[in-house]
Amino acid sequence: MSEAATHDHHDDHGPEKGWRRWVFSTNHKDIGTMYLVFALTMLFVGGAMSFVIRAELFQPGLQFVNPDFFNQMTTLHALIMVFGMIMPAFAGFANWMIPLQIGAPDMALPRMNNWSFWILPFAGVMLLSTLFMEGGAPASGWTLYPPLVLQMGNGFPFAMFSVHLLGISSIMAAINIIVTILNLRAPGMTLMRMPMFVWTWLITAYLLIAVMPVLAGGVTMLITDQFFGTSFFQAAGGGDPVLFQHIFWFFGHPEVYIIILPAFGIISEIIPTFARKPLFGHDAMVYAVAGIAFLSFIVWAHHMFTVGMPLAGQLFFMMSTTLIAIPTAVKVFNWTATMWKGAMTFETPMLFAIGFLFMFTIGGFSGLMLAIAPADFQYHDSYFVVAHFHYVLVPGALFAAIGGAYYWMPKWTGHMYDEKLGKIHFWLSAVFVNLTFFPQHFVGLAGMPRRIPDYSTQFADFNMMSSVGAFGFGLSQLLLVYVIIKCVRGGEKATAEVWDHPPGLEWTVPSPAPHHTFDEPPVLK
Amino acid sequence: MTRFLMPILGSFAAMSTARADWELNMPVGVTDISAEVYDLHMMVLGVCTIAAALTFGAMIYALVNFRKSTGAEAESWSHNTKAEIIWTVVPTLILIAMAVPAAQTLVKIEDNRGSEMTVKITGYQWKWHYEYIGEDVGFYSTLASASNSARRLGNEVDVYDVDNYLLDVDQPLVIPVDTHVRYLITSNDVIHAWWVPAFAVKKDAVPGFVNEGWFKVNEPGTYRGQCAELCGKDHGFMPVVVEVLSKADYADWLDAQKSS
Repeated sequence: MSEAATHDHHDDHGPEKGWRRWVFSTNHKDIGTMYLVFALTMLFVGGAMSFVIRAELFQPGLQFVNPDFFNQMTTLHALIMVFGMIMPAFAGFANWMIPLQIGAPDMALPRMNNWSFWILPFAGVMLLSTLFMEGGAPASGWTLYPPLVLQMGNGFPFAMFSVHLLGISSIMAAINIIVTILNLRAPGMTLMRMPMFVWTWLITAYLLIAVMPVLAGGVTMLITDQFFGTSFFQAAGGGDPVLFQHIFWFFGHPEVYIIILPAFGIISEIIPTFARKPLFGHDAMVYAVAGIAFLSFIVWAHHMFTVGMPLAGQLFFMMSTTLIAIPTAVKVFNWTATMWKGAMTFETPMLFAIGFLFMFTIGGFSGLMLAIAPADFQYHDSYFVVAHFHYVLVPGALFAAIGGAYYWMPKWTGHMYDEKLGKIHFWLSAVFVNLTFFPQHFVGLAGMPRRIPDYSTQFADFNMMSSVGAFGFGLSQLLLVYVIIKCVRGGEKATAEVWDHPPGLEWTVPSPAPHHTFDEPPVLK
Repeated sequence: MTRFLMPILGSFAAMSTARADWELNMPVGVTDISAEVYDLHMMVLGVCTIAAALTFGAMIYALVNFRKSTGAEAESWSHNTKAEIIWTVVPTLILIAMAVPAAQTLVKIEDNRGSEMTVKITGYQWKWHYEYIGEDVGFYSTLASASNSARRLGNEVDVYDVDNYLLDVDQPLVIPVDTHVRYLITSNDVIHAWWVPAFAVKKDAVPGFVNEGWFKVNEPGTYRGQCAELCGKDHGFMPVVVEVLSKADYADWLDAQKSS
């Protein structure tokens, strides 16, 4: 009797109705969905800011905004895209896919999971609210360098606490991911048998735990400098403005890999599926990711070659930075070798993965150029840098996220997305992203500094191209929203496998994935 | 070797001289260091171009030949130790080969000995101050008035009618040609960066600290650059202009400054 009652209770445990389902959710799939919807929303908020930037830079002279507001836009665009868009997007993938890929019933710490998501909207709103305060939003660049950031108006404490909250959210998500991966794997799923996406997130989560507190420390020191009379970064009180840069980039460089490693993971899932061939060198990939993660801690000052470092410091950071090219190259070669002698088809996720492969590699090459310190004296803080990091972040990280969304959307919704629209979306994105960012290499090399609202007439033509590309790229993303809505509402029924014998446990559960999966751990052969 | 590769790899550079508006590449510059930096840049760009051709070539070959639609059958291997060793070792060797000339140039850049005169550069929001150490000459250098009025939001001036829009100042830094000029750089408020692309010089002006560097310009002329570190609302409006005179003209200029 009691046994039957327990059983019934278990079957009844579906999602709650209405808003309570989302606000009180402890379900990894619902929380994953919320992360992804939040990230998509923020993509358009941050994108709107880039529209302001590119509209102002469409031609020389100031047409639309004053320089201070322009600086607020560049700063918020970066903060929102990094902390509000790409990191939550990958956290959404982690929530949805890690339990499904390791055969776990849910994340290990479901209530904390709820909390780490729900901090985000409040932190985001708090950050955006600074736009309406006296003195406006932060205008110091996302790097928040003092003393400039300390000149900010009333929005300063709000922006700083918002960064704190975003950091707390990330740390909790990271703890949850580590605990889940280390404790809830299905029997037989040894560490070295884990899918690459799980591996990359495991390492990313450790990076987050290592560096987010460092950023929090730096931000706290900014707050005490501003309000409590300390002089960590104020030269007039014996402080050192460059100290903040060391702290920031000790966080900031691993942060770069926090963004790109989950992207590597997604690409490593997509390519084997559509090449119909197992991932080449799985173990080497794991070691490469671990190697990149380790190196990310000893290269930070390559962001600071011009601050006046001793020669020995410059040499060290130049050498350590070039080393990163080795594990990164290994990964690119492994993906290529995965495609080699495969039988490829080119559905939308594969198109985005191939786009990633080509364009991330371009960003990698410009990264190698930036590592060469004497040449960096020319590249540093020019549009060449802007081109470089947008290549690794947009057709790099963002393309991986979009590819992953197409790849797993049938599993999430139970419907196939519109393949034709997906392909159009890819080609529009690929053309416009290059039109936007490739010319920025040229103006950077020709001497155009970054973060300027107006420029000398010699840079006009390439800037106009870049703006046209940016508008096109932004508008193309509306197509993504349309495809997602269409797929959620209906479409061809997806099978459990969705694709042609894809690897991974997530394809053994029905599509859409039921509210609860793997109540009984799966058996791995 | 770089000099030999340059004509082949430097298609970017060849196109760039045609029209200033479509400038594609880094300037060679007018100092020995800037020429070395340019060579380094072209070397790395060349290495990257070759590596890209090989990598992308392999990818494209795979994309063309291993398609299911052309009847390709997937094989099932996922390891090849020999290939993995090769593509780990070869990039390592290339990186070492690139690091050596880069380190040599870096050592030269950081060798501050042998200065013949010293200029102290101070960044302000939003202008530069130049002081000729030991000469009792010093002045501010701010955005030229023609640019400054043309850049206002909502004004009627066509910026194309302004000479050197945003790259012109009221009073440039004046230095002699063929002279080892040491600069000391600091800031009065926030961090700025003094950048002259033609000299391959970019150095941060940090409040409370004095950074040091040098340049030796080979050709007289006027060279333009900008502040490169975000320093507030008018960051884009504090250009750097350096006028390089013959030694005799410089001596005359310095005398005129002292007497005024």
